[in-house]
Amino acid sequence: MANASSIDDLTPEGVNVTRAPRSGAVGRVLLAALKTRRGKIGATLALIVLAIAFLGPLVPGPSPTAFAAPSFSKPGVPGAGLLGTDVLGRSVLARVLNGGHTLILLALASTALAVGLGALLGVFAAYRRGFLEGLLMRGVDVVLAIPQLVFVLLLMSVIGPKWWLLVLAVGLAQAPQTARVMHAAAQSVCERDFVQAVAVWGEPPRMVIRRHVLPNLTTPLMVEAGLRLSYSIILIAGLSFLGLGTQPPAPDWGVMVNENRLGLTSNPWGVLAPAIVLAVLAVGTNTFADAVARANLGEMRGEETVIAAAVTRENE
Amino acid sequence: MRPLEPPLPAGPDRLRVDGLTVVLRRSKVPVVEDVSFSVPAGQIMGLVGESGSGKSTVGLALLNYVRRGLKIAAGSVRIDDTGVLELSGAALRRARGSLVAYVPQDPASGLNPALTLGFQLREAVRIHADQLDQGETVDDRVGLLLDEVRLPDAKTLLRSYPHQVSGGQAQRVGIAMAFACRPRLIVLDEPTTGLDVTTQRHIIETIRHLTDTHDVSAVYVSHDLPVVAEIADSTAVMYAGRLVEHADAAELFTAARHPYTVGLLDAAPTPDRAGALVGIKGRPPRPGGWPSGCVFAARCPYVTDECRAEQPPLAPIAPGHLLRCIHPVPDERRREAAAAPVAAPPTTAGVLEVKGVDAGYGGAPILHDVTFGVPAGRCVAVVGESGSGKTTLARCLVGLHSNWSGEVTFDGERLDPKVDKRRSQDRRDIQYVFQNPYASLNPRLSVGENVEEPLRFFERASRKERRRKVLEALDQVALGSDFADRMPDQLSGGERQRAAVARALIVDPQLLICDEITSALDVSVQAVLVEQLRELQHRRGLTMVFITHNLAVVRSIAQDVIVLQGGRLVEAGPVERVLTSPQHPYTRQLLADLPRLADPVATSS
Amino acid sequence: MSVSPVTAPSAPVPVRLGTGRAHPVRRLLLWRVPLGVLSVALVSMFTYFATRVLPGDAASAILGQHATPASLARLRAQLGLDESAISGYLHWAGEFLSGTFGKSLSNGQSVTAEVMPHLVNSLVLVVVVAVFSTILGVLAGVLAAYRRDGLFDDVGSVLSLVASALPEFVVGVFVVYVFAAGVFSWFPAVSILPPNQRIWDQPEKLVLPALTLLIVTTPYMFRMVRAATIEALNSDYAEVARLKGASPTRLLFCHALPNAVAPAVQVSGLNLLYLAGGIVLVETVFQFPGIGLTLVEAVRTRDVTVLQFIVVLLAIFYVSLNIVTDLIVLLTTPRRRAPR
Repeated sequence: MANASSIDDLTPEGVNVTRAPRSGAVGRVLLAALKTRRGKIGATLALIVLAIAFLGPLVPGPSPTAFAAPSFSKPGVPGAGLLGTDVLGRSVLARVLNGGHTLILLALASTALAVGLGALLGVFAAYRRGFLEGLLMRGVDVVLAIPQLVFVLLLMSVIGPKWWLLVLAVGLAQAPQTARVMHAAAQSVCERDFVQAVAVWGEPPRMVIRRHVLPNLTTPLMVEAGLRLSYSIILIAGLSFLGLGTQPPAPDWGVMVNENRLGLTSNPWGVLAPAIVLAVLAVGTNTFADAVARANLGEMRGEETVIAAAVTRENE
Repeated sequence: MRPLEPPLPAGPDRLRVDGLTVVLRRSKVPVVEDVSFSVPAGQIMGLVGESGSGKSTVGLALLNYVRRGLKIAAGSVRIDDTGVLELSGAALRRARGSLVAYVPQDPASGLNPALTLGFQLREAVRIHADQLDQGETVDDRVGLLLDEVRLPDAKTLLRSYPHQVSGGQAQRVGIAMAFACRPRLIVLDEPTTGLDVTTQRHIIETIRHLTDTHDVSAVYVSHDLPVVAEIADSTAVMYAGRLVEHADAAELFTAARHPYTVGLLDAAPTPDRAGALVGIKGRPPRPGGWPSGCVFAARCPYVTDECRAEQPPLAPIAPGHLLRCIHPVPDERRREAAAAPVAAPPTTAGVLEVKGVDAGYGGAPILHDVTFGVPAGRCVAVVGESGSGKTTLARCLVGLHSNWSGEVTFDGERLDPKVDKRRSQDRRDIQYVFQNPYASLNPRLSVGENVEEPLRFFERASRKERRRKVLEALDQVALGSDFADRMPDQLSGGERQRAAVARALIVDPQLLICDEITSALDVSVQAVLVEQLRELQHRRGLTMVFITHNLAVVRSIAQDVIVLQGGRLVEAGPVERVLTSPQHPYTRQLLADLPRLADPVATSS
Repeated sequence: MSVSPVTAPSAPVPVRLGTGRAHPVRRLLLWRVPLGVLSVALVSMFTYFATRVLPGDAASAILGQHATPASLARLRAQLGLDESAISGYLHWAGEFLSGTFGKSLSNGQSVTAEVMPHLVNSLVLVVVVAVFSTILGVLAGVLAAYRRDGLFDDVGSVLSLVASALPEFVVGVFVVYVFAAGVFSWFPAVSILPPNQRIWDQPEKLVLPALTLLIVTTPYMFRMVRAATIEALNSDYAEVARLKGASPTRLLFCHALPNAVAPAVQVSGLNLLYLAGGIVLVETVFQFPGIGLTLVEAVRTRDVTVLQFIVVLLAIFYVSLNIVTDLIVLLTTPRRRAPR
């Protein structure tokens, strides 16, 4: 219901949603998202690109690093393939098919690092409170005072383009954002009475976090993971574009956009094809994250706003 | 109470509602069905019902307004000669505020946080500036309004933002806005819910006064029977979207005939008599799940097959008394149950002793030198208004709030302020039930797992043994074994709160601290819970501290009571003594301001 | 009951007034400014030590194979590598504070002469984008909220979701393809300027970079303003205003908008913060002579002094923008501004 103020009237879409029994928190959150139109579209887009990236290398065809036809040949030129050739006369199609898996794997790894580290920091700070919380979260503020891309550039410039550094830099650059989001989410869960109730029995913090706090953070965590994945893809592709990620001659969508810019008028596919797959991937993951948030908003709101507002009103 | 009105409305009707039906926009499922009533000029009609009965929806429909997702499907609303439901666009906007006005439930959220009170008050006048008297300016009218609702110091007030004033002041501003353009009808949607009794009393008096002086009729929507008894001339009771009974207020509160109305009255606590509260078991049907017969049939003690066959009509049974029931409750049955007094266990040595407790939040003092004791097997009610420190006191006792000094001993042993420094046995012996039923259970665990949680921590028992104890604990609060496998969000507020009590009981505590555990519940549900607690106390010899803002409920549960005002203990003693001959002026004031139902026993004899 | 009935005279409850605490604005500044200074100091340390310590020896890294012992020693002295790390940092920080930023390692120009003209170009770009994205985002957001679930709202929401997810260099490439080299050729595809010219001398070169950033930033503003306006329109106070007889325009402008200002300011701030990083890629796409391109060049040529200067500059921009944003949000939210 749009209006959270009424304890009297039943909501059209209803607070009293009877939900199916639990089937694993993560699965439930994802399933809820997949049931929405937005979720279906997002998942489909992302899956298409994932298929291109991971099945692409298995497709028989010319080598992505071998000369196929004169540079910037249009698709019609013999030997140029469906998408023509790039700046060095290599098949654009072959390079697109082979240029995604590294990028995606790196993005996944950095996302895991960012979300893992960030969630750990945020949740721990929220549960511990007091001095340590202040210190951790101020530390997060300090790291957030450097623009992400600049932070990554700085690290890359010092050590040079290494894949592990890429993961580390992109992961570390994003961890503070996740820490902040998860801190806020965990704070609101920790303030809820059922967490306090457990404290009355004196249950050890580790148990409280594992059994009572974390399970209630599944939705924000999934949303955050989706967003971080989407940003990691953007960041890593951006670095490759700047020449600080994957190094030529290896095929990479970011590198391709950079290399083939000069040929935009002769064979636009050299730029457009990698740009389009990147765009579809980013939009797909972002849309799916959005769907996760929306599909599970009801559960957060159902309890936290609609009824709690009514309850507070009754009491204060 | 006003003197008895003649059974049939005297003057012409100010408001006439016929066959009002409101449906869910998409599914066309009715949430309010075929509601008809009328209100004579200058009179106040109480519209009573519990959560989900559709009473607020009816109230808003009188302004031709529904909330998102709803739609007025049929019916007519006439105020004087205007058919409100036929209006639209600019004509409807002209009517709203000047013909019929609205006072929202929550004064705090009904006022725009980004605008000053002055702006909002002036706006209410300015929108309908054409109805100002000759030569009267907007500010004249605003000044007059503030006088009428007795808000002094207008200058400061008008410059204030909503968050800077108290709930009572905010609600007065809300009332002033509603009366700004001298409407013919005012719809008040639970305007005093959540306010302290003294403020509530003042607001009620102001409303009564204003409706009388300006000859305004009012529809007073509320779940609170005693409040309606105080203000209304006639009262209509709604259940599951339908009117089930409508009568003169005096008649309704003394000679109700519908089993639901009678149930509500039996469930309402009163400070005047010690008595068992009788709750109504079960839940009202949801829209879409209404039976074809009488909507109350599933919960009615007098139900017969006839009731389930078809819906009884709303028919007159006496002049001015309409009833939708084929088995009206016999007159003499009313309040039979009220006779049983609460058995009080003998006083023994105190289990819990609180001595000179001072507490504060971040430097701000909350409690001052609070001293009292809780004898074994007895229930001590802690009564106070908002800001009295009653919840802080409870949290100090259980160790959730540790910023306090003084001494609290339990079974002769001194308790550490911090819960994690207390002995495991103490943590087990003192259990706490939280106020908000929607936050006290972990939504990711089943009800059974929630109840089992403390057991996992305090005891090493086999899975089977734990399951047995869970079912036993649930059974103590009358929740069947099927509840164990449900998720918390499939339970109603009352059921959740009972599960929370079961979770506290599973470790066999000696002392149960209940922090306003019924305040979010409807009266019929509150009665069920209070009865269960009382029975548990009796059967298990449980010692209890029952925190509440509602003095009326005290007599139904507690044997002793302490009254807190502004963090100080102002009165303590046995319930009987404190409620019949209060010593402290504050307690006397609280009792005097408490709205009450007329005592049916006294009235009928 | 084990206690005698207490009937002490009820002492007046001490009333807490707002005067006991510092004014919210002062409190915010007192807290945030020192923290901001600390942040910048930490960032500068991080930058300094990263550029100095991590690669082993920055000097040989910079000079690479062409290093001669003499040139190495000279560069070491110039970078302060012959000092200890801490005294090197203090030395560098002291010079930085006194306005001496050193010389660019790649061309020997002073850092200020190298960076400042580019900084001005970037500022123009960022301000233009910020102004337009705010205007556009607020207008579209309010309109979408007002006609909620209508065609404009649906289309706007989908477009904003797509646009906000796109990598900025991908948007840049599309923009170039559509407006410069491909479909139309209305604007120059690259924004290279002759030396001694500023971006306002050839404003047509500003159009495509600005458009790219506009596409990337406006969706955030749109979504936030839309959500805030919808929330305000759905609130209890909006309901009360409707029932007072307020017209839709009054509802929107007098009741909803004042409550949407704070979130809009917040997003404006976030957008500006984003732009500080986002310009790096977009300036590279268009070879726009701004600070982002300079940064990328510095990274490529390992021009440590320029790198340090730009990173610290960006950090100062970040920190002060954060404070200013929070301050404006505080000032536009009565609930937080005015004491109870």
